[in-house]
Amino acid sequence: METKTKSRIIVFVFALVVWFALTDIKDYQEALIGIAISMLISFLTGHFLIANVASQHLIKRTFHFLLYIIRFIWEMIIANLEVAYLVIHPMLPIKPGIVKIKTKLTKDSAITVLANSITLTPGTLTVDINRNKGELYIHWINVKSKDIDQATKEIGERFEKTLTEVYE
Amino acid sequence: MTDTIGIILICLGVAFDFFGVLGLIRLPDVYNRLQAATKCVTFGSMGILLGVIVMQGFTSFGFKAIIGILFIVLAAPTAAHAVSRAAHRSGIPLAKISIVDKYEEDKELKTESVQKEIEV
Repeated sequence: METKTKSRIIVFVFALVVWFALTDIKDYQEALIGIAISMLISFLTGHFLIANVASQHLIKRTFHFLLYIIRFIWEMIIANLEVAYLVIHPMLPIKPGIVKIKTKLTKDSAITVLANSITLTPGTLTVDINRNKGELYIHWINVKSKDIDQATKEIGERFEKTLTEVYE
Repeated sequence: MTDTIGIILICLGVAFDFFGVLGLIRLPDVYNRLQAATKCVTFGSMGILLGVIVMQGFTSFGFKAIIGILFIVLAAPTAAHAVSRAAHRSGIPLAKISIVDKYEEDKELKTESVQKEIEV
């Protein structure tokens, strides 16, 4: 099957599930409207979901994605406790600055997920991305190292390993 | 029982929202404030919505809360990135206690190389 059609069907099913979950269906008319709207959505925007043919190892990738989510939630809890501590502390012990880190990820979606994860995890915020060089500019609330390799180790590597397994 | 867990989650969420707001007031510059605002407000709002899910179960309320969590997690970091990048590009400096700004250095390099090209 063509990738675009496949992508549209996935979007259609997903939109329909969301519609049925959001509305308490009492009438067949509501279901019909849901089907019509889902078809419209999947026809207009469905081909954006899957850009290239799905690669192999779907189960392995899903497993690594779940691992990644657990990791991510854990890091997020730590991040929040850290910020809470900083904010309550009367001296505000911060040492902010913008550092540069390297990434080996190449796909757009992978870099997006990496940048968003960095933003939501301890003390770091993605400011900009230089995609040609594979570099991310990170605002760090407590700079531990100005060196690019050291900073990469501190910030990026937590997620990069798992994300490489998921996306490449 | 589920009500108790839900209320605890909501209270935790409100507490983290409060820390986020406190950070927004106390931290020195726009970038540090964004850090507090994104992290704590994302987590706090997630906590509140999770509490709603626990209390309501998988009814249409609960499902709306799940979709809310999804959109907050996707949108908050993206917005923070857009705001911080725009702030830096329009020349808002980092707070004085900042110790390094690699982005500024590279931006200077970029403008220099562009100027050289224009001169040549």
